[in-house]
Amino acid sequence: MAAIGLDRLSKSYGANPVLKGVSLAIESGEFLTLLGPSGCGKSTLLRIIAGLELQESGSVTVDALPVDGLRPKRRDVAMVFQSYALYPHMTVAANIALPLRMRRLSAWQRLPLIGRLLPGARATIRQIDADVRRTAALLEIDHALARRPGQLSGGQRQRVALGRAMVRRPSVFLMDEPLSNLDAKLRVSMRAEIKELHRKLGVTFVYVTHDQAEAMTLSDRVAVMLDGELLQVAPPQQIYADPSERRVAEFIGSPRINMIEARVREDGRVDAGGEMLTIATGLKPGAEVTLGIRPEALDLAPSIAPGVLSGMIRLIEHMGSDLYVHLDRPGQAGQLVARLHAERASHVAIGQTIRLRVRADQVLLFGADGKRIRPGDGSRAIAVSDAAEPVPEYMP
Amino acid sequence: MTAASSLCHSGALEPSRDAASMSSLRKRKLDDMLAATALTGPAVALLLTLFIFPALAVVVIALTDWQFGAKSLRFVGLANFSAVFADPGFRASLGNTLAYVAMVVPGTVLAGLGTALLIESGKSFRAFYRAAHFLPFMATLAATAIAWEALLHPTVGLVNMAFAALGLPTANWLRDETTVLPVLALIGIWQNLGFAMVLFLAGLKNIPQDLYDAADVDGADQWLDRLRTVTLPMLGPVAMFVVIVVALRAFEAFDTVQILTQGGPGHASELLLYTLYRESFEFLRAGYGAAITVVFLVIAVTLTLIQVRLMDSRVHYQ
Repeated sequence: MAAIGLDRLSKSYGANPVLKGVSLAIESGEFLTLLGPSGCGKSTLLRIIAGLELQESGSVTVDALPVDGLRPKRRDVAMVFQSYALYPHMTVAANIALPLRMRRLSAWQRLPLIGRLLPGARATIRQIDADVRRTAALLEIDHALARRPGQLSGGQRQRVALGRAMVRRPSVFLMDEPLSNLDAKLRVSMRAEIKELHRKLGVTFVYVTHDQAEAMTLSDRVAVMLDGELLQVAPPQQIYADPSERRVAEFIGSPRINMIEARVREDGRVDAGGEMLTIATGLKPGAEVTLGIRPEALDLAPSIAPGVLSGMIRLIEHMGSDLYVHLDRPGQAGQLVARLHAERASHVAIGQTIRLRVRADQVLLFGADGKRIRPGDGSRAIAVSDAAEPVPEYMP
Repeated sequence: MTAASSLCHSGALEPSRDAASMSSLRKRKLDDMLAATALTGPAVALLLTLFIFPALAVVVIALTDWQFGAKSLRFVGLANFSAVFADPGFRASLGNTLAYVAMVVPGTVLAGLGTALLIESGKSFRAFYRAAHFLPFMATLAATAIAWEALLHPTVGLVNMAFAALGLPTANWLRDETTVLPVLALIGIWQNLGFAMVLFLAGLKNIPQDLYDAADVDGADQWLDRLRTVTLPMLGPVAMFVVIVVALRAFEAFDTVQILTQGGPGHASELLLYTLYRESFEFLRAGYGAAITVVFLVIAVTLTLIQVRLMDSRVHYQ
């Protein structure tokens, strides 16, 4: 168990900055995910925590002690790599045993053949074998101990990589996109196993991924990274429902959040390209605002009414219980995506024009600078009550 | 329907069409064979005239008493082979060759690997070091051998002058029975080092950085541990190739012997290929020379097969 502190870490490759003063406190036993598109610096950050790369400024602490000058093996961290990085010439057992051999045996005891004859070596090697067996049994790869990585499936290799990391009971687990080389089905089941592993081991996990499904399902907290900066660090629900800025809202959620440019009118409603929406903004009339509307915040509206968005259906994606309906809004650039219940939207067809009611309480407001605009608590309450009794306003 | 009938070639044939289809099938097969013959023909012809026939001819000549240029010959069975193995000159030559190979192969592999590791570990002048070490391999050995002769000259050679200045023992390197073979082996190593180095450099580049990172995290972060855990095992396939090629090149050593020592002093530096050349083209004993050639071929082929079998199973990690 160890808490990790990152204090204003910076790093650049040549003239290209990859980390711009990242600070983050990771709690002991927490499962924290670094989420971001490729090239955002998340892997570099993980490698700096591991000690595989050196930051240019800032410092890393483990349990409040700086570890900046320490080599990876002195940091009590284990790492699982995207490529698994198993030693192809060693058996599974030897792969898992290596971290223990390096720590528990002296250089002389590790020599082939004669090493075993040195005092104390046999007992230690027996102990290592027992630990390897226990770890392999936990991961259900004990039947494959004598095989080489080349003879294993992707999922088994992943387990061996986990085993090699686990076997010495590190206080911090670092994982660099560990599931991205697996097929979709296996990825989901390994995801559950990693979650279970975290629960069993109870140690700190720092997990890097570009896959938001992994981040949302696994994490206690998600740290969204973009262009070398941490945009928001929060639990998954909050990241989704209450993003701190436009870039986070756009990165999280699939299909992507709809962004609609609008202007606040004299009567307090907003004008979204000619369609009036009743949304409390707390802004002065005339102010420009961007409405962030998640696809599921749109519902089919019974008929023409104020406070709805309309558009012509261009594409329908059937997802089983839901439909993703892509619409062109007349006179507006960009498409609108709505997630509709399959039962209630069974009649929609491509080419049809439909009207969508906006759930005002779920609309996110962003200013021109991309920062979130939060209407005061009072106006928020109005929005909620508005959604609770939708009837009066939409009735023809 | 035409499409269907053309599909019938590989599938079940309709009874009514049997005869017609069979003949078209036969024609098709004939066409395939003609095309295959035309395509492989040139390569097969070259292989036969340049490799298979000469090799067979050598085996046949080894069974005769033919003298180079003579009009007649007589089959003598295995007499040439028994003469070859009874000849102390040939046995010395065979022993020298094995000793030479035993020095050149490990020397070249270790020096090539060491050079490659050193070049890869540094950042500056990489291209220069690569070129400098590869040059001897590109240069004609006949020409560089003359430079070596000058360096190793007993009185005015740079080697002896340097050794004398440093207080080290000097020798007449190429005229002393004890030093001549090791010196030739050193020249052989010097020449092949660049070749081994280039291959090892390519091999080093192919080792994924992830493996070194994993070794770092696992605690194998000292240079010897990294070498043993990652570098050497991952260079296995390259090393196998280098060992085989360098061993074959060492067996073929000829230029340095011909130019520097002519096999002397005594038979101290006679190598197999040089003996073969002398017997065949200086003494014109073609039958005897052919017998040596057969021995040489058997050694080379056997060695290659053993190495491929032994090492292939160990280095590909499947």
